[in-house]
Amino acid sequence: MTSIFKKLIQAAFLLTLPLVAVAEWGLNMREGITPISQKVYNMHMVSLTVVTIIGIVVFGVMFWSIFHHRKSRGVKPAQFSHSTTVEVIWTAIPLIIIIGLAIPATKLLIEMDDTSDSALTVKAVGYQWKWKYEYLEDDLTIYSNLDEKSVELSQRVDTANPMEHENYLLDVDEPLVLPTNTKIRILTTANDVIHAWWVPDLGWKRDAIPGFINDNWTMISEPGTYRGQCTEICGKGHGYMPIVVKAVSMDEYKTWVAEKKESQEAAAASSNKEMSMQELMTKGEAVYKANCLACHQANGQGVQGVFPALAGSQIATKPENIKTHITHILYGKNLMPAFGEQLNDGDIAAVATYERNAWGNDTGDMIQASDVKAERK
Amino acid sequence: MSTVAHEHDHHHAPSGLKRWIFSTNHKDIGTLYLIFSLMMFFIGGAMAMIIRAELFQPGLQFVDPQFYNSMVTVHALIMIFGAVMPAGVGLANWMIPLMIGAPDMALPRMNNMSFWILPFGFALLISTLFMNGGGPAGGWTMYPPLVLQLGDAFPFLIFTVHILGVSSIMGAINIIATVFNMRAPGMTLMKMPLFVWTWVITAFLLIASLPVLAGAVTMLLTDKYFGTSFFSAAGGGDPVLFQHIFWFFGHPEVYILALPAFGIISTIIPTFSRKPLFGYASMVYATASIAILSFFVWAHHMFTVGMPIKGELFFMYATMLISVPTGVKVFNWMATMWRGAMTFETPMLFSIAFVILFTIGGFSGLMLGITPVDFQYHDTYFVVAHFHYVLLTGAVFALMAAVYYWLPKWTGYMYDEKLGKIHFWLSTIAANVLFFPQHFLGLAGMPRRIPDYNIQFADFNMISSIGGFAYGLSQLLFVYIVIKCALGGKKAKAQAWEGAKGLEWTVPSPAPFHTFETPPKLTKAMLEH
Repeated sequence: MTSIFKKLIQAAFLLTLPLVAVAEWGLNMREGITPISQKVYNMHMVSLTVVTIIGIVVFGVMFWSIFHHRKSRGVKPAQFSHSTTVEVIWTAIPLIIIIGLAIPATKLLIEMDDTSDSALTVKAVGYQWKWKYEYLEDDLTIYSNLDEKSVELSQRVDTANPMEHENYLLDVDEPLVLPTNTKIRILTTANDVIHAWWVPDLGWKRDAIPGFINDNWTMISEPGTYRGQCTEICGKGHGYMPIVVKAVSMDEYKTWVAEKKESQEAAAASSNKEMSMQELMTKGEAVYKANCLACHQANGQGVQGVFPALAGSQIATKPENIKTHITHILYGKNLMPAFGEQLNDGDIAAVATYERNAWGNDTGDMIQASDVKAERK
Repeated sequence: MSTVAHEHDHHHAPSGLKRWIFSTNHKDIGTLYLIFSLMMFFIGGAMAMIIRAELFQPGLQFVDPQFYNSMVTVHALIMIFGAVMPAGVGLANWMIPLMIGAPDMALPRMNNMSFWILPFGFALLISTLFMNGGGPAGGWTMYPPLVLQLGDAFPFLIFTVHILGVSSIMGAINIIATVFNMRAPGMTLMKMPLFVWTWVITAFLLIASLPVLAGAVTMLLTDKYFGTSFFSAAGGGDPVLFQHIFWFFGHPEVYILALPAFGIISTIIPTFSRKPLFGYASMVYATASIAILSFFVWAHHMFTVGMPIKGELFFMYATMLISVPTGVKVFNWMATMWRGAMTFETPMLFSIAFVILFTIGGFSGLMLGITPVDFQYHDTYFVVAHFHYVLLTGAVFALMAAVYYWLPKWTGYMYDEKLGKIHFWLSTIAANVLFFPQHFLGLAGMPRRIPDYNIQFADFNMISSIGGFAYGLSQLLFVYIVIKCALGGKKAKAQAWEGAKGLEWTVPSPAPFHTFETPPKLTKAMLEH
């Protein structure tokens, strides 16, 4: 019996080995790029190996019985119906196994929970359907939307072929830039409904809950780009709000923060200037794709019963509704979120102009940044 | 009510439509439940086909994301509340009185009502798909604040949940009343067939957990329409509170679906092993322990909400502990087969597949219970694979086994064994092609409940979809087999299976409209299990 056991255990190990080898094919969990993610991966492999061995032993015994204890082989059924000894044994063994798993799991959980001594804090705020990142120490805020190419390819049209895009639905316009080898505290919360922030390579996910803040930490050891997605159903755009982390050295991170701040200031300053119809429409289309298309659709038709159409709508065509149009964008209405905080006056002016002139609305209305500014409370 | 009039009724069972609408007969109501659940299985299955068709390849081909989310949500609600639960209640209705030597259920009129409100509940639910704003699309778990964004369908969803809850609670009361009051003399609790035991325990789970769900959804209703803020942080509430209440119902619910399946398997394996069930008493205790533990593990569905670490540790330990009594059950089934004289008719095949595949679902369950690693698994396709292994190749396979096992008793004819075996192999292969690759998808990073995905997930999704279509089509064969069996075939003996034990095999096949009008005299042999 012992030799059978030994052989079975060896076989179990051999069977789990290929799983390690083909990790790159996307069969197994990713090892990730943080000390924690490595430990999580190891814990996963330990529990996978344990259950594989149990499975092989248990099913092995069962199949042995199925082949040997069949009526067609002329066996006479035994009539035993209990045995206290074996019942105690097969209650005790699983108990010992789960205690063996619980101990390292407890240690790992305690380690993951410790967010102390972090050098940098980033707050990730989930929106329907994008992420906002606030670098608390550096006083910098960025919004991270699904990239334009994925937006185009994810439309329900025959011409869209997602196979053209390697990072389809896993790419954003503004990645979260983080320094390597630094303990970073990542706070998660949300603005509207519950989302969840997950980058598999970091080794954990955490819910982003409106009104509450969860804290987590990470320390990335290798520079690179790491991709993940929202993992809590959050409505229609749930599959369309990826998370991209770009890990760079501390120096590069500092340079990036400085450049980002500069360009944001420049954009804010230039957003007040008058734009031509051409400029407004080009900019407006880009803003529309990044912020409005998920609900109101590429053709401005919305989704019947849920998201109103803009093409031919009262608000987007009647001159007396220009102010209402702007305030809807600034402050939101019902399901529509407020965009006043994340878009500057020029962006809102451009997108409003675009909506009033695209899809046959052709009102000829031009909205300028100053018009938007006038509506800000 | 004179005895004479009562006698008279027996010979003139109501016929036609009235027989079914006004029926108070446990066998007719059992049949109604089973047919209804089969219909729901196909409606819910059609939704699964839409899901798998959309996921066949990356990109959006057939439905828009909002409708996709509705399909995901309504598929789950229909399969859980419409297919698996009513099928279990149907089997309980048919078999419990026959197994304990009772003439009928204790509360026949309530029995009628608990069935007949079900079709109305599901008519309401399905009608929401055609309402302004679409059907429920926030997942069957109905988490706020997302669920509060639902359009006109919202109050209908809440009312549906109430109706289904009322129906199940009435069914549960009936089963408890029947088992505690109507057992034939000599049928002590520890002599009852294990199927009856698992159902009594399930009934207590239903009564304890469903009112909690009703409370939770009512709080949603007042949050939406009456200005309360139970689940809104802006008003001093907490969205996570809903999750705690929901899963306090939701985890016992998992066992409401699984325990009757355990009972079925514990009935079928001894029959075809021609050997008594191993460890009857420990089976009863294991079932009871699982039921009790199921009230202390709910938060393992929500490890990622950010609980205090002490809470996470408690729920991790409690969750891992459940694997002990569950393991005992699997070992007992194996020991029952050990040194038996097995034959492999369709019910036995489904039962063996159940033991293996349910255990695989149990393995991934143990992995999911390890909190620090669950942070990776949570809300990915790994979870989807896990719960489909325990619910489809678990609960549904057990229900299929039960139908094949008792069909001869219900119809008086043997089903077509050859077709039954083909149905078994098609279902088993297809279900594994469908769900096994989903483990890989989840581990590789594909979140659940998304209508579209990155191209790295394309291959396994296509394989999974092919398995899905094959599984769906194979179930048409099941319908054909059942109808064929109901219409005729080889006559079934009272004792349809050589090794079968239990009172249900002492009455003729098909079981007459009324059975055990006077309690049977039980001999020692009849009480063996």
